[in-house]
Amino acid sequence: MRRLLFLAQAEVLHILRDRVLLAQVLIVPIIQLLILSNAATFEIRNTPIWIVDFDRTSVSRGLVNHLAASGHFQIVDTTPSLDRANEALLAGTVTMVVVIPHDFEVSLTKTRAAPVELSVNAEKGSAAGIVQSYASRVLSEYASELALARRSSKSEGGRIDVRVRGRYNPTLNYKHYMVPGILVALVTMIGTLLSAQNIAREKELGTLEQLNVTPITRGQFIAAKLLPFWVLGLLELSLGLIVGKLVFGIPMRGSVPLLFGVASVYLAVALGIGLWISALVETQQQAMFVTFFIVNIYLLMSGLFTPIDSMAPWVRVASQINPVRHFVTISRAILVKGAGPAEIARPFSVLAVSAVVVLTIAVRQYRKRAV
Amino acid sequence: MSTVVVEALVKRFGRTTTALDGVSFTVAPGELFGFIGPDGAGKTTLFRLLVSLLRPDAGRASVLGLDVVREYRALRQRVGYMAGPFSLYPDLSVEENLRFFASVFGTTIEREHARIAPIYAQLEPFKTRRAAALSGGMKQKLALCCALVHRPEILLLDEPTKGVDAVSRREFWDLLGTLKRSGLTTIVSTPYMDEANRCDRIALIHRGRLLAVDAPGTITRAFDRPLLAVRARERYKALLALRGHEHAHSVYPFGDVIHYTDERADAPADQIGQELRAFLAANGFADASVEPLAPTVEDTFIARTAESESRISNPESRIPNPESQIPNPESRTGSS
Repeated sequence: MRRLLFLAQAEVLHILRDRVLLAQVLIVPIIQLLILSNAATFEIRNTPIWIVDFDRTSVSRGLVNHLAASGHFQIVDTTPSLDRANEALLAGTVTMVVVIPHDFEVSLTKTRAAPVELSVNAEKGSAAGIVQSYASRVLSEYASELALARRSSKSEGGRIDVRVRGRYNPTLNYKHYMVPGILVALVTMIGTLLSAQNIAREKELGTLEQLNVTPITRGQFIAAKLLPFWVLGLLELSLGLIVGKLVFGIPMRGSVPLLFGVASVYLAVALGIGLWISALVETQQQAMFVTFFIVNIYLLMSGLFTPIDSMAPWVRVASQINPVRHFVTISRAILVKGAGPAEIARPFSVLAVSAVVVLTIAVRQYRKRAV
Repeated sequence: MSTVVVEALVKRFGRTTTALDGVSFTVAPGELFGFIGPDGAGKTTLFRLLVSLLRPDAGRASVLGLDVVREYRALRQRVGYMAGPFSLYPDLSVEENLRFFASVFGTTIEREHARIAPIYAQLEPFKTRRAAALSGGMKQKLALCCALVHRPEILLLDEPTKGVDAVSRREFWDLLGTLKRSGLTTIVSTPYMDEANRCDRIALIHRGRLLAVDAPGTITRAFDRPLLAVRARERYKALLALRGHEHAHSVYPFGDVIHYTDERADAPADQIGQELRAFLAANGFADASVEPLAPTVEDTFIARTAESESRISNPESRIPNPESQIPNPESRTGSS
């Protein structure tokens, strides 16, 4: 035990002496958190649009006002020229062209239905979808308003009033959803990359061989290596939470100690993967490449950036064994929904099993390669 | 009882490389035993086997009476090993490195002070300096200190003086002499033939086989042919000419001279010298000088490799190209 402490102490010295590593641990995550949570957003505001209003009636103007008031759009022009509007769409100065035909008001009063044409630049697929859905929502809201007005003038009642309330995140603040997920990505990166690189470094230096000719057991060595990075990972999480709270005002509805409890188990998985990688490679560079490859796949399949429900069926199945996915789920559940131990029991049990499996494999792999 | 017993040790890497091909030797307690051979001869593989970092494919080895495969755990407590390339933590200071390795063996610098004092005295002025900033010679002394800090019963040093300047090399061997006087058994390897005379006994190793194992003086006495040193301005042309001499046994460059051995083992050296002078003058090397010479370990090594080569592979060529195999000690000394 004393020996383990000495080893860990030397490890702390290595970390403190390495300026790049310190920067990697302290500064990079904060910057990443600030940039990623602002960049990785699907919220669309101020989309430039062109409204070609051929009708020019009070009803068509009402539509324009609704689009303007929604906050999603910025009306660049309303000149009724289809050609010029299409040119702007091609040039990319507007993302959507809304065409209101001549007989808009007339056909609306006569047939109670009127066509509106939406042309969306679908170059950026998902953004186009969102713009279109925003616009459709505004249009249908306006349509039901008009219908309501007509009915009330004829004093007809019985309309269904649908009111949507976003539970847990009532203002639909995207950052409250992203930040807890990005925290997971940071902890994963630190845990896996640093542990993989660190042991590869000992291989490069030749100190690993030197240590192999000492009475230290492999278990002691691995424990002494992983312990400081385990602490570092938790430190990283605290740092991220503080930034999340101060800068983004993320909610902390659930128990923070519970989150740390889960994180400490999750870190065992992340560190175990790093250890596994380091057992397979010879140099720090190789360790880095392999880590980036694996972590990238894990992150893309984690539901952090894209919803798991929209992934291909086999990816959905495969993501069941992705530890990042489960910790992202837990982190969001605890912070945003205020989930307790009972609600996170299922994903947590996956993490716990993964920790045992990964660490066992990594330690065994380590033995095989080192003698 | 011997401290080290090695019997018919074989180690292969893959299917094609045989790093050690049936090596046997013993080392007596308190002996300073040297392995002399060029790069790729199998020295490092042998050391890694002896300190239990590798398992042999055949044969057996015991160190301090402990089998290196079965009893490796007990062995690792009692052996001090210094690998060829510098393998300490460059970001830790001299003192921190030493403290680290002491703690790994469950001891402290203070407790082991008596053992490491002669070496640590030289390091102490730099004890707060990071290992990365030490000179090559100092690095090797620190590594030696770290290998000694747990009071090992045997020391295995793999090429400790490689790439170190001439002065530091001498200092390092002086330290090994001090350790020897304290009774510590030491096995050391080196590519520098001039260091062989510092050892009690040496083993010449080449392509995974031992060519000879004996005291350095005995090994050079076994050199049984007249040896002459030839100096000429146009050295390479003179070398080629001498190879055409009717009685030449081997002719090879040695530092800035040419070493010549004659196939008539019993002919007096003076007579051969006169013959050679006449031969060189007749071939247009008027400035050439010829002197009889006492053989060194390197001459013995070259003769032995030539013999074993011609036995093993190619009976036609009696003279392998020695330049490609033997590092020249003078041209290899400085990288610090």
